[in-house]
Amino acid sequence: MTAQILGAVAAIITFVFVFSLLRRGVLREKYAVLWLFFSAATLFFALVPSALVWISRTIGVAEPVNLLFFVTVVLLILVAVQLSYELSRHEARIRRLAEEVALAQRQIQELRDADGSD
Amino acid sequence: MSASGVLIAIPAWNESGSIAGVIDKVRKHQPDANILVVNDGSTDNTAALAEAGGANVVSLPFNVGVGGAMRTAFLYAKRHGYAAVVQVDADGQHDPADLDRLIDGLDQADIVVGTRFHENSMYFVGGPRRWAMVLLSKALSWMNKRTISDPTSGFRSAGPRAIELFAVEYPADYLGDTVGSLAIAIRNELVVHEEPVTMYFRQTGRPSKNAVWSALYLGRATLAIIATGLKGGYIPKGDLS
Repeated sequence: MTAQILGAVAAIITFVFVFSLLRRGVLREKYAVLWLFFSAATLFFALVPSALVWISRTIGVAEPVNLLFFVTVVLLILVAVQLSYELSRHEARIRRLAEEVALAQRQIQELRDADGSD
Repeated sequence: MSASGVLIAIPAWNESGSIAGVIDKVRKHQPDANILVVNDGSTDNTAALAEAGGANVVSLPFNVGVGGAMRTAFLYAKRHGYAAVVQVDADGQHDPADLDRLIDGLDQADIVVGTRFHENSMYFVGGPRRWAMVLLSKALSWMNKRTISDPTSGFRSAGPRAIELFAVEYPADYLGDTVGSLAIAIRNELVVHEEPVTMYFRQTGRPSKNAVWSALYLGRATLAIIATGLKGGYIPKGDLS
């Protein structure tokens, strides 16, 4: 029972926190949706533990909690990989922007020099 | 090749101690070439000294690494219609007397890499770093079907086809600016040759790679080559002209 309450409380806190971030425009929808879904799923299994037991039996996992841990770990790894991907993409874009800014500044200076106004 | 179409690109990060001397020496050997110093987010007065020395300076807003600095130089060369880009390090390790040979070599190749390993060379490396360099050389020579004895050399020239490619794709990862860029060039069927060059000891500053990093060379470099090799025939995307 304690574990159930703990899970439900954690899920609700996560849900409220992510939702407030989303509302303040700090977090983009595409990331927020994922975490909202996670917390909703957690809340569901905390309130209806028999659902987890049923799924475990159906796919042949002896201990329901093991299934929970397994799925959670897999999902978190996927999220981490996805974030690494996004980060790499952003680093590449920022680098390209830095290069373009440098060249644009150079061009401005050349135009000024040619103009003789500076 | 006429030297007026040549851009000497010098990536520089906090090289105030050597930059002026390097520019002077380059100009002495290549009076007709234009010199572009890519100031890679220096926190000292490298940019001002380079400007005072008569070089054109492009300043990156923050340090992006040699790969980023060189791609900036290639973009600049492409947009200004240069026929050749020669990379020279700002720390004074490269001898501008070799520039002619690297530029002339472009008549037969898209890229000419200055190799520090040859009969008359004073250059020597040992230990894990040496093993890594031998392995890299073997891998790239095999890809290139022609010897590249010193793929980590930053003293190299690039012709029009290489400029076109490198303006779009020039890796900024560790070893990407040297080994990775060559792998990309070979994958795109550019012709890569090499010429012997002289290597001086660094004038100022510290060598960028200490013993620990040298040991890590092997794994990271191999990974870089495998990643590039798996990429397949890379066709640059997007028009940045």
